[in-house]
Amino acid sequence: MSDQLILTPNIDGGDDFYAELLATHEGLTKADSDALNARLVLVLANHIGDRAVLTQALAAAALKPEA
Amino acid sequence: MNKIFEVPMYPYARHADQDAPAPVRHKVIVIGAGPIGLGAAIDLAQQGIEVVVLDDNDKVSFGSRAICFAKRTLEIAERLGCDHPMVDKGVQWNVGKVFFDDREVYNFNLLAEEGHNQPAFINLQQYYFEEYMVDRVRELQAEGAPIEIRGRNKVSAIGTHPDHVTIEIDTPEGSYNLEADWMIACDGAGSPTRAMLGKDFVGRVFEDNFLIADVVMEADFPTERWFWFDPPFNKGQSALLHKQPDGVWRIDLQLGWDIDKEREKRPENVIPRLKAMLGDDIEFELEWVSIYTFQCRRMEQFRHGRVLFAGDAAHQVSPFGARGANSGLQDTDNLCWKLKLVMEGKAPESLLDSYDAERVYGADENILNSSRSTDFITPKSETSRLFRDAVLDLSEHYEFARPLVNSGRLSVPCTYDGSSLNSADALSGPARTRPGSACPDAPLGDAFLLPKLADRFTLLTIDADAPDVIEEGGITVERLALSVKDDKTLALKERYLGDCDSGVYLIRPDQHVAARRPSFDENQFRAAIRRATGQE
Repeated sequence: MSDQLILTPNIDGGDDFYAELLATHEGLTKADSDALNARLVLVLANHIGDRAVLTQALAAAALKPEA
Repeated sequence: MNKIFEVPMYPYARHADQDAPAPVRHKVIVIGAGPIGLGAAIDLAQQGIEVVVLDDNDKVSFGSRAICFAKRTLEIAERLGCDHPMVDKGVQWNVGKVFFDDREVYNFNLLAEEGHNQPAFINLQQYYFEEYMVDRVRELQAEGAPIEIRGRNKVSAIGTHPDHVTIEIDTPEGSYNLEADWMIACDGAGSPTRAMLGKDFVGRVFEDNFLIADVVMEADFPTERWFWFDPPFNKGQSALLHKQPDGVWRIDLQLGWDIDKEREKRPENVIPRLKAMLGDDIEFELEWVSIYTFQCRRMEQFRHGRVLFAGDAAHQVSPFGARGANSGLQDTDNLCWKLKLVMEGKAPESLLDSYDAERVYGADENILNSSRSTDFITPKSETSRLFRDAVLDLSEHYEFARPLVNSGRLSVPCTYDGSSLNSADALSGPARTRPGSACPDAPLGDAFLLPKLADRFTLLTIDADAPDVIEEGGITVERLALSVKDDKTLALKERYLGDCDSGVYLIRPDQHVAARRPSFDENQFRAAIRRATGQE
């Protein structure tokens, strides 16, 4: 298992995933959408598990990839 | 009926010191007869060091206050000879339930590790904890130990000198002066000693108020810890229900910041809140109500020359995780053996700086943990609340989220990683017994390991040879020879050897590991003894 965050394309069928992400949020209020996103972050973070990768992911999301 | 906390336990009595022509000099004066001050005094007195405890009051703690006493605290109490009544009286619990909004999201069983003499923790009102310590003081006095408690002796001025401390004391019969070689200030979060010495106490203020109520009721709630996030009866806030002995239940209700404290404390305002929580048909009686706010802060240094600060006087944390009284007793556990060696001339005064270093490290760990709990329980921003609620919602459905729920991380003993008293780890043994760790207990037939490691330096050998006694730099170290052949539960092997076949541990009087190696090496262990006593 690599302890390096993947920042190159890694999802098969990226367009499908993106559509599914939006569909999951469809019809939700802003508050419910925000809550869903927060849960999604936690679910994905747990799946990744690797603390070093998570730290890199937080930095990448903050658009501070070199941190 | 008079409650124990309404009865003077150490009423004022005139002492000959008050009529002495010149201030009488004592070895150690402890300020404050709370659990930490009493712990310090008992520790010193049972090792033969003369100690006087001064308290501005004459009673034990008013109301339950600290109620959760962790295993390490009970192990220290065992060393101090007062664990039995505490454990006998205390309530043990294993099951916790977490509620979010109007539903139970999950419950857990703590499943405490086997093979320890003391329970993982007990719930016990602070007034009982103190009462049993006062009983222990009386027992020591009956045995002729040099210990006394002077009630309604309020310190009004302190003078510090290179080799002693002068103290002015107000009593109901006027003031008098004393001197002490050493002083230990255990006078609580609002420490008058700290104020008199003009020392800072900085940290983070949490803008929140908690209503805390001791309620006597004959309810058939199980012996469990119930924690509510955002419950219908206290919208947007939190609540805790915890059982104590004598049918007393502890209830903590978060109230928020902008409240009128005096108004909220009135029974006509408290009772409807409790009825909303407990149900209208439950009969209960209020024993004690208080409103508290809290801060997470510490003194920059716990040692100021001959004055040593311990407990809440030195550091204050949020109540989540039971890290107040529990960490305070770890302070005096750490301090008293060092003070004894310094007073006996067997260690340099600089050994006391390691008290500062080790317990500041411990305080920072506690502040970090309790701040994190507080941030989870009382989110300070919209985003923080969003993630908190996401964790709670997920915890109802998925196990992975449950460890992220933080309603208080229970106090565990601090491991003094990086302490100057430690020798480099030379055994590839379990991490939990690396140098700096508090020794975990283990069964030894019908007895337990920890009492055999108390109050003096010990060389613990497990399937290894070593001399029965080593003398180094004025320190006598006796060997405790054990073998895994006698270790029926294998707890000793699992906790002290891991995959190794043998181990030799140098253990401090406070039962923390100073050094460990696979076998006895005389030069290495002599150096380790000197290092652990500040002699190199």
